[in-house]
Amino acid sequence: MKKQKKVVPQRKTPFSVYMKRYWQLYALLLLPLTYLLIFKYIPMAYIQIAFKKYSIVESIWEMPLAANHGFEYFIKAFNNKDFLYALRNTLTLNLLDLVVGFPAPIIFALILNEICFKRFKRVVQTIAYMPHFLSWVIVYSLALQLFAPDAGLVNMLIKDLGGEAIPFLNEPAHWVGTYIGLGVWQSFGWNSIVYLAAIAGINPELYEAASVDGAGRFKKMWHITLPGLKPTIIVLLIMNLGNILGSGFDRPFAFQNNLVMRVAEVISTYVYKVGIKGLQFSLTTAVGLFQSVVGVIFLLLANWLARKLGERGIW
Amino acid sequence: MKVKSTSAKIGDWIFVLICVLLSVICLVPMINLLAKSLSHTDYLIRNEIYLLPKGFNLDAYTTVLHDMKYVRAFFWTAFLTFVCTIFSLVMTTLCAYPLIFEKLKGRSAINVFITITMFFNAGTIPNYLLMKSLDLLNNPLVLIVPSCLSVYNMIIMRSFFYGIPDSLRESAEIDGATFFQILTKIYVPLSKPVFATLALFYAVGRWNGYSDALMYMKNAKYYPLQLLLYNILNNINQVEVATQEGFSAPGLSESLKAAIVMFSTIPILLIYPWLQKYFIHGVTLGAVKE
Repeated sequence: MKKQKKVVPQRKTPFSVYMKRYWQLYALLLLPLTYLLIFKYIPMAYIQIAFKKYSIVESIWEMPLAANHGFEYFIKAFNNKDFLYALRNTLTLNLLDLVVGFPAPIIFALILNEICFKRFKRVVQTIAYMPHFLSWVIVYSLALQLFAPDAGLVNMLIKDLGGEAIPFLNEPAHWVGTYIGLGVWQSFGWNSIVYLAAIAGINPELYEAASVDGAGRFKKMWHITLPGLKPTIIVLLIMNLGNILGSGFDRPFAFQNNLVMRVAEVISTYVYKVGIKGLQFSLTTAVGLFQSVVGVIFLLLANWLARKLGERGIW
Repeated sequence: MKVKSTSAKIGDWIFVLICVLLSVICLVPMINLLAKSLSHTDYLIRNEIYLLPKGFNLDAYTTVLHDMKYVRAFFWTAFLTFVCTIFSLVMTTLCAYPLIFEKLKGRSAINVFITITMFFNAGTIPNYLLMKSLDLLNNPLVLIVPSCLSVYNMIIMRSFFYGIPDSLRESAEIDGATFFQILTKIYVPLSKPVFATLALFYAVGRWNGYSDALMYMKNAKYYPLQLLLYNILNNINQVEVATQEGFSAPGLSESLKAAIVMFSTIPILLIYPWLQKYFIHGVTLGAVKE
């Protein structure tokens, strides 16, 4: 009996024994975690520049605090016309992307789901995924070729039909339309993959039962397919809302030209031009911090709202 | 099979028609570009090119292939893409594999450490200053190292690893295999689909990316193809463009641009259809939450 009692503590493996077995896993993790530490966490220390007067000679810890309790650059940013334009444009373009671009892949998935010829469906899918693999520089150059006032295919067709050339890329309102449209063009196929997978996971018996009850195509779509997609839609919507103030750099930067800068300048490109090109590090770090914090707040809010409405949210 | 009514059949065909239309919309820009790149200058100047080339010739492609600037950038980008893809796959595996072991102490803390980086980004300028302090500016490594691990891709790989039965791993453990052996002998051979998917994601990201080179790289020798293309489209380095194309008709520069775009797109367009069944699975794994 006594001997057995001595064995009992063995159930909790001593740390040294545990490490003897598991050190390899930690060794494997060493490189990726170091990478994240250096390239994702150290930059967070640089965020304090937003609150400090930047100088090249001093280390970030020794720079003096900026005026107004360190909030000088935030105040400056919000009194800066260019930044306010960039903020407005970021919100406008992202909202339009959300309104137009978010439903597009869902609708496409619903359409594809109605196709019964398997071969044909696969070909359509392959073609629809193609634009996703083009870089934004390429997409813009396609747009240049397609929408040029004289030599562009679209304007040539419009003129052939007796219309007038439309300045798709050179006039602000049209530029916004082109920007959003090509965004949808580039992503609708790719983003439909997730929805198609979700549709494939819906129990086929539901459709059969509905058919027996005499439900038509659209009734089934509305009462079975869409409810089946709801969790996926909610998760992706939350992720999109978290990105409402975020903006990739590649897409807007590739699309910008001098004639439309008033509507085309977004936060990411503003930061690049004023920060990296213009060397106003403190101001643009403040702008970047504002962007990141708002992003996190939106994400949390959207997630909270989703849970409040009885959905699963993203965590 | 049940017999369909006529109206249902008409409905089917309407959906087919919509799909054909969408496919055309996806393809037309590329076809138009291809036609332009293959057409003779005269027709281009007169704006006569729609979807078929007129005055078929390969002059634009010959010019591109004889210009060392493009050929060099092409091979440099190809090399960069290859190195990045291999390196990123290794990093992703190293990160994803240990995290599937529930017995790993500190696992949840590590998960939090990783997840935070997904939702909070320090921003452009802090990243730039980091590169500066690491002496990576204008160093070709800056196009490889900073983007070598995507947490999103790591999650895809981890989800795939979770799908491999635990029993395989456990029996190997009982047989005395080390964790490293289990990785190389069991997990890697079974994970070819997810490796194919992520290789495609990383390769496309590197091939298509230009912002890191724009921000961190001043040495034009190391410009990836997309940045070179961006500069050409926006007539940056005017002098260079002028000396190169100044003597030729404006039409040729149009077909030249078209040829350069084709030249820098074709590798990806040739690869992705073959990996379709893999990446569909990969994207789906990414959307599955834990």
